[in-house]
Amino acid sequence: MTVKITEKNRVETVQLSKVGGRNYSNFLRAVGAVVWKDLQAEFRSRELFTAMLVFSLLIILIFNFALDLDIQTRRSVTAGVLWSTFTFAGTIGLNRSMAIEKDRGCLDGLLLAPVDRSAIYFGKVLSNLAFMLIVEVIVLPIYSILYNTNLLQPGLLGVILLGSIGYVAVGTLLSTMSVQTRTRDILLPILLFPVVIPVVIAAVQASNGILTGAEASEIRPWINLLVAYNVIFLAVAFMLFDYVVEE
Amino acid sequence: MIQVRKLVKRFGLKTVLRGLDFEVQPGEFVALLGPNGAGKTTFLRILASLSRPSLGDVTVAGHRLPGEAAAVRARLGVVSHLPLLYGDLTAEENLRFYARMYNITNHETRITEVLEMVGLENRHRDLVRTYSRGMQQRLAIGRAVLHDPDVMLFDEPYTGLDQDASSMLDEVLKTVAAEGRTVVMTSHDLARAEDLATRFDILSRGVIAASASREQLRQSNLLSFYKEALAG
Amino acid sequence: MEQKPVALKALDALSVILLGITVYLALVFAPTEAVMGDVQRVFYIHVATAWVGMLGFIAAIIPAVVYLRTQNLKWDRVEVAAIEISVVFFFLAIVLGSIWARPAWNTWWKWEPRLTTAAITELLYIAYFMLRQGIDDPDRRARFGAVYTLVAAVSVPITFMSIRWIDRTLHPVVIGGSNPGAEGGFAMTADMRIAFFFALFSFTVIFVDLFWNRIRLGELQEKVEQLKLKVTM
Repeated sequence: MTVKITEKNRVETVQLSKVGGRNYSNFLRAVGAVVWKDLQAEFRSRELFTAMLVFSLLIILIFNFALDLDIQTRRSVTAGVLWSTFTFAGTIGLNRSMAIEKDRGCLDGLLLAPVDRSAIYFGKVLSNLAFMLIVEVIVLPIYSILYNTNLLQPGLLGVILLGSIGYVAVGTLLSTMSVQTRTRDILLPILLFPVVIPVVIAAVQASNGILTGAEASEIRPWINLLVAYNVIFLAVAFMLFDYVVEE
Repeated sequence: MIQVRKLVKRFGLKTVLRGLDFEVQPGEFVALLGPNGAGKTTFLRILASLSRPSLGDVTVAGHRLPGEAAAVRARLGVVSHLPLLYGDLTAEENLRFYARMYNITNHETRITEVLEMVGLENRHRDLVRTYSRGMQQRLAIGRAVLHDPDVMLFDEPYTGLDQDASSMLDEVLKTVAAEGRTVVMTSHDLARAEDLATRFDILSRGVIAASASREQLRQSNLLSFYKEALAG
Repeated sequence: MEQKPVALKALDALSVILLGITVYLALVFAPTEAVMGDVQRVFYIHVATAWVGMLGFIAAIIPAVVYLRTQNLKWDRVEVAAIEISVVFFFLAIVLGSIWARPAWNTWWKWEPRLTTAAITELLYIAYFMLRQGIDDPDRRARFGAVYTLVAAVSVPITFMSIRWIDRTLHPVVIGGSNPGAEGGFAMTADMRIAFFFALFSFTVIFVDLFWNRIRLGELQEKVEQLKLKVTM
């Protein structure tokens, strides 16, 4: 569609591709735009990243003294410490990421665009996932150095990826709700943690299995559980996201 | 351009809009006036497809709401008292983001054009966070006209602006209106509205209590018309 | 003030009578269990309360879906009614479970899949009410409430399953697995079975009665609000 408009005695054209359709490329373009915008803003301010990373390191520090991480205990609790760290650090990331949308009314701006609401959801999921993965990828080698183990194993990275997807899939939906409440600063972990318990259980079990060199047959059910959880909750959030943003 | 029939909006038990009728012809600039809490913002949010009507028919730019919201959104530009911009992006990046969301293919030329129109061509590489309130508001208008909408909605665009910023905003609004767009603007500032609008509608107790065009109003002044409408 | 419907009054009376009989059956009629003694009698009520908790949890799903489809606040009241009942009965079930666990497993709390899932469900409910409390607009409150109810409804079965899997895969089967109460388990005699199933039945009736009363209460609350609004206008 091409529209002619007059502007300051000048004729210029605005080319709009056919809008309003739910076609595939439109959808992907909108998802891409949201991700690009989040990464660009974050790349500039590094607020979210810095906060999540420092918070993660502080949690590990606290665990170090709380659990007295000597060589014996370390072996059995590493997976637990890692996932507690990611779970806690994840909430500040999610909270901040959605607060940015709420601050200057940007959420309304997103909703005013002629794109499917689920494109906004998937865009936010991808950028939240990116923030989380970046932090995780930095925490892992630091933990490895601090405790003289090697956490950079492909299997473990896979589990972390799967666990983070599930966490972010639910977290993005729930943080979109929590920022629209009066108690937005405190609500997210309370809403999120009881729902992501399966992710934490499965991810800890699978990570433990990998770190202790367990049989593949012992690890596989947990991987399956993570995959199933991710599929189920991405679908649930996809169906429910409209109700969380539309009035 | 806009037809509203018997619009009712309830929030729980509170009824904000009670069977409101409203119509705007193409090219009209309607100032929607009324006291705080009369339901102006609620009404505008319904026209903007951001809120669903409880009852009644709403048609904007030939499409019904909320059913054909996507089609309405493509032809609608909205400016609220919040700028709807990202502080950590530059003006240019903000516009580029929205251009992608609206699927504008020649966005680089359009962005330059819009920045020029709102008078921010020299600050386009600065973060929006560093902008003054007035500059943010002008950029917000640039954002809203980016996809060349037929209908524009302004919700209290002058909120928090000083004298200079307000008169600059006046210029931008006049340009926008001069392009033949249909505009609905809520305001509690009668003087501003009187300057810009071609028609004045008073929203009171959930309905349009009175409506007068600029011509009809010539005899009496806007303030007394406003007061009469609220009293009646 | 409108009268309470006769059917509801009858159901109230029936509930009280059934509760009385259940208590009699559990405390007097059922034989004393050989190993655990009288404390086993809490089992009848414990299972029945957990059953009602689950009924409420499942019953909340339907109004949540219908609310999102129709945006009619009536369904929000039904959802809240179901969840409120579920909260109370799961709480009772957890407390009674602990009382039962003390002599059976020699500890107040065991991280047993069902007990743990019930506790997590309680936490979900607390989150649900906190979420609602933080929202002023009744429509949004109802919408978010329904969304969270559905998210919880999907997550709780998965949570239950994953807690059970921990027992299966890593630890030897301590308790549970497929055989509930392997330790502290017992074979039910015919009389015990009568008491057990009667308790389930009467608590189901009690659930329906409470549910109905709570929905009615919600409607009356709404009417009061409406009248208040009229007076102030």
